[in-house]
Amino acid sequence: MAAQTLSEQILSHAAGQVVKAGDVVTVQVDLAMMHDSLSPSIIKVLHQELGAEKVWDRDRVTVVIDHVAPAASVQTAEHQARLRRWVAEQGITHLFDVGRGISHQVLVEEGLAQPGMIIVGSDSHSTAYGCVGAFGTGMGTTDVALVVATGRTWMRVPETVLVRASGRFRPGVSAKDLALRAARILRAEGATYAAVEWHGVDFLSIGDRMTLATLSIEVGAKAGLVPPTGAAAHLMRIPAWLGVQPGASYMWEIDIDLDQLEPQISMPNFVDNVVDIRDVGQVAVNVVYLGTCTNGRYEDMIAAARILNGRKLAPGVRMIVVPASSEGLQQAASDGTLTTLLAAGATIGTPGCGACIGRHMGVLAPNEVCLFTGNRNFRGRMGSPDAQIYLASPEVAAATALTGYITHPQEVM
Amino acid sequence: MARVWLFGKDVNTDQIVPGRYAPYMLKNEDDLRKYPFVEARPEFASTVQPGDILIAGRNFGCGSSREYAPLALKMVAIGAVVAPLFARIFFRNALNLGIPCFTADLTDVLHDGQEVELLLDEGIIVTAEGQRIELPPPPGFMREVWASGGIVPFYRTYGRFPGEAPA
Repeated sequence: MAAQTLSEQILSHAAGQVVKAGDVVTVQVDLAMMHDSLSPSIIKVLHQELGAEKVWDRDRVTVVIDHVAPAASVQTAEHQARLRRWVAEQGITHLFDVGRGISHQVLVEEGLAQPGMIIVGSDSHSTAYGCVGAFGTGMGTTDVALVVATGRTWMRVPETVLVRASGRFRPGVSAKDLALRAARILRAEGATYAAVEWHGVDFLSIGDRMTLATLSIEVGAKAGLVPPTGAAAHLMRIPAWLGVQPGASYMWEIDIDLDQLEPQISMPNFVDNVVDIRDVGQVAVNVVYLGTCTNGRYEDMIAAARILNGRKLAPGVRMIVVPASSEGLQQAASDGTLTTLLAAGATIGTPGCGACIGRHMGVLAPNEVCLFTGNRNFRGRMGSPDAQIYLASPEVAAATALTGYITHPQEVM
Repeated sequence: MARVWLFGKDVNTDQIVPGRYAPYMLKNEDDLRKYPFVEARPEFASTVQPGDILIAGRNFGCGSSREYAPLALKMVAIGAVVAPLFARIFFRNALNLGIPCFTADLTDVLHDGQEVELLLDEGIIVTAEGQRIELPPPPGFMREVWASGGIVPFYRTYGRFPGEAPA
């Protein structure tokens, strides 16, 4: 048998036959995730259009309230109340309610996302599950409703783009910079209909791997997989059939030397509009926002706290921290990380998606400039279409909060 | 006749419908029809006519999985979207909703505001000047889904997914 990519291995296993890039397959899904924002429409399609009464498997359909958490209006509160009733009626095992955190982070923390699985989420950043070597992919309302009704979906087996990292990050440089560098090379459409595999990152934590996996959608990818190897994978249950196979076929291979990598900044209004930090110029910011499934984890708060430790935010700068999960928030609270952030002048929001979708908890005014650790800087993404969003790492976020303009972490470390 | 609405490359779903105008956020879900391109092209929703076509550059519909972006285009009865490359989730969502998407680059061929006629079954756009532009035929499974009116009626009719062998 020809060597296979991780995606070909997972989809072959699920399809029960050897498949290769380009084949169209129907597969059993291992786990489905639906969040509060699209649940009302998914439930409507499920019952009213598909005529299904019950979800396919109450243990495998997970529901997370993270997109507007806590509710920001009577409207969203009503939707969430109805969603809780529906979850109870269906006997769904896994509801993660307001404050537990962002779906992707939570499903990984809970051990529900496992290597080799096929996971479909109603959220484009469902590529996140690739951090544990799962084939995670985002779909829309109707596709997710079909998964929830039948436990199955159909897709084309993707080609794979290989991002091969070598070396180690220098101080102040991290996984976000690798991901943005890849976006700079691949561009926003570089992996459309394809999967991305991230090699050479065995030394990264699961959280850092999720940074890479979530940003895979920003180059158009269907899935973004990190091989389940290295120290962080030691506790994973890895299927014997899953692993990097020498000779697998990649449609595009790029190499990134971490030893030479500078902090990367994604400039407004496109994620792939990336430059080295020294080429940004003097950009004053109003808001530093640390959060999201891309960089709102415990280790991201630690990275920021190390730089902020004992110092104060620059006058006039607001720093908003929205942890990706309650687990991360608890860790940060118990070891003093949270105190460091608060003492510096940052404020903390309820774990969840926060202002990433521009709905609540820190939306931007016209002409405001935000340094954001998230994943999208599209015009209007976080509020006013006349605000400016720069994407960067937690380290750059913290350094920027101290000076008030976009700053290389090494200048303040 | 239909009007051409010309867009550039990398049109993302936040431009098509910002997250703040999701049905989840609206008191009346039908109001979604007011919001396609509300910020990117504020005149769009109030002047678009049923059957109008979108001509866009590469990577149309990138970003979020929000199906309400193509749904908003369906609510104003867009006749077709033509782009040289579609973002994957948008393409699936549009297919599922029965919105015809053709993969072709007509951004240098047609101009914004041009009057054309779309002959959907033949896959031809005819300009007011009589120029006939053939669109590349979509794969068979897509035509099947369109013919059914979307993926839900397709699945309910055939009890299978596109490309899957009949049970």
